[in-house]
Amino acid sequence: MAHYTHVLRSVAVGATALALSSFSLMHTALAASTIKLGSVLSITGPASFLGDPEDKTLKMYVDKLNAAGGVDGKKIELVVYDDGGDANKARTFATRLVEDDKVVAMIGGSTTGTTMAMIPVFEEAQIPFISFAGAVEIIEPVRKYVFKTPHTDKMACEKIFENIKARKFTKVAMISGTDGFGSSMRAQCLKVAPAYGVSIVAEETYGPRDSDMTAQLTKIKAAPGVEAVVNPGFGQGPAIVTRNYAQLGMSSTPLYQSHGVASKSFIELAGPAAEGVRLPAAALLVADKLPDNDPQKKVVTEYKKTYEDTTKQPVSTFGGHAYDGLTILVEAMQRAKSTDPKKVRDEIEKTKGFVGTGGIVTMSPTDHLGLDLSAFKMLEVKNGDWTLVQPGS
Amino acid sequence: MSELLQFLISGLTVGAVYALVALGFTLVYHAADVVNFAQGEFVMLGGMVTVFAYAAGVPLPLAALLAVIVAVVVGLLLYWLAIAPARGASAVSLIIITIGASILLRGAAQIVFDKQFHKLPAFSGDTPIHLLGAVIQPQSLWVLGGAALVVLTLYYVMERTLIGKAVVATAANRLAARLVGVNVTTVMALAFGGSAAIGAIAGILITPITLTSYDVGTLLALKGFAAAMLGGMGNPLGAVIGGLLLGLLESFGAGYVSSTYKDAIAFIVILAVLFVAPQGLVGRRTVERV
Repeated sequence: MAHYTHVLRSVAVGATALALSSFSLMHTALAASTIKLGSVLSITGPASFLGDPEDKTLKMYVDKLNAAGGVDGKKIELVVYDDGGDANKARTFATRLVEDDKVVAMIGGSTTGTTMAMIPVFEEAQIPFISFAGAVEIIEPVRKYVFKTPHTDKMACEKIFENIKARKFTKVAMISGTDGFGSSMRAQCLKVAPAYGVSIVAEETYGPRDSDMTAQLTKIKAAPGVEAVVNPGFGQGPAIVTRNYAQLGMSSTPLYQSHGVASKSFIELAGPAAEGVRLPAAALLVADKLPDNDPQKKVVTEYKKTYEDTTKQPVSTFGGHAYDGLTILVEAMQRAKSTDPKKVRDEIEKTKGFVGTGGIVTMSPTDHLGLDLSAFKMLEVKNGDWTLVQPGS
Repeated sequence: MSELLQFLISGLTVGAVYALVALGFTLVYHAADVVNFAQGEFVMLGGMVTVFAYAAGVPLPLAALLAVIVAVVVGLLLYWLAIAPARGASAVSLIIITIGASILLRGAAQIVFDKQFHKLPAFSGDTPIHLLGAVIQPQSLWVLGGAALVVLTLYYVMERTLIGKAVVATAANRLAARLVGVNVTTVMALAFGGSAAIGAIAGILITPITLTSYDVGTLLALKGFAAAMLGGMGNPLGAVIGGLLLGLLESFGAGYVSSTYKDAIAFIVILAVLFVAPQGLVGRRTVERV
């Protein structure tokens, strides 16, 4: 009996070794004719509404690129890891991408937290990294190899206060999520408010998993002189804030949300309470409402159609950030006629007039985002849909 | 004054949910001496199954009933497949099993349902009720009323029926209960099924207010567990008191102290109570009664 198990075991070991070696042989053979791109996304976990559309977008467009012959005749091989929104996991995966998978470039990082954790890995390995996360701290100060595609939270604050100023409001209350995005945007809003003549007269916070914000909103309701309320946050929190806001009968005071809720599911979750809520968002959300002469019209309608036809889900701006990142990278590789990380990095930095879903991108050695405030549209929810707010109203 | 009332209402609503989750913990702990950390997943199942059945065209009451049935089946499976085979294992092993079950259920929900947030319509409309300057959502009344009904039913079953007496006997002394003819295994299975039903009811009642997703269970289990500890583990009355108290603490903490430290305030008070009265506010004296 013991003899048999011994034989069995050695056979098993041998077979495994054989399988492994043939696999790695295949692997090297593949690697020669492909371009290996890495991505770490929060496909599950609390930020899955960011990572999920990003993941689908990347896979969809990599397949499309490969079907069309790849980049300079080489197929793209995309390695995606799911960090579940955990910054520690993200860092481990980043190291794996660099050391084991030997990727030539990295696109992804769904949240600010995971992105910040991965930055040192790619900076040290000198591999270009295009993040899909929001906070301004990713690109300020400028790091040589780090870029990002979404608008920053600072820009969102500026866009909101611009609109508040246009409506001649000066006293504003804030209710912010305590997650990474909410607290970072809160800080940016506090910083830029004075430039627009806005004073923050009341301030509350809520946890990203809280199920009731009535207490905080009641406090804001009782604060004297509040003319508008701004809510930096993402996920289901802002939807509950919006519902509680309407339930407490506060709807006569304008409520501003951030681009963190810029997806159709926000309107669905908040229901009728979302009517009249304003937020800054990318042109993608109002693709069909853009005037025909808008330079982004073609790109955003095409992306929207491709995404919705393939996934049967409504498009969100988050998937758009992934589309922008992948396209910027592919175009840079085509211009560089090389997959050498350093050359690709130089070309990403020279991106000029790139029309993406997030806006028109022109990067420079001092600007690794390349978007200005015109990339944001001020939207208002009307009759359960997004509408464009006319400037000055 | 109107603010105080508003804090009171939102505190009681959230607290009633914590109380229901805590009741689930208590029931299982009472009968089987297991702290079931998959309790939050029953709440998730209640909400998610209702949402998806309702979206598929099933009328809301039937969808809710279906959700309760699904949760009970899952609760029984959890007992038969994971807890019962580990009979005699240490408390820690059993806790690890339930944590594993919780992760498994969350993962399965991710695949069976999806990763998005979902809502249900409020059972009797969204028109708020105004009372002395405060606003009450009709759904809050559903939550409070539903919780009260569950508590009363549970009380009746435990105090007035043979099954309830069997549960109490099992809790007091398993061997003695078996000797007087109580089928201990059935009683424990009943406790798991019952706690699953209570969790699912909580999930159905709160989804119109709080939304639901595959992972709402984690935080609710934590808060429910804290409530059960605060009230006294294994005591149904304690679970209700602990839950309501935790909800009120959070609400008043956010309203009068600072919303930044809302969770911290609640947990500091719980710690303080447990230092003074380690058995919780109501203790587990009732178990010794038999």
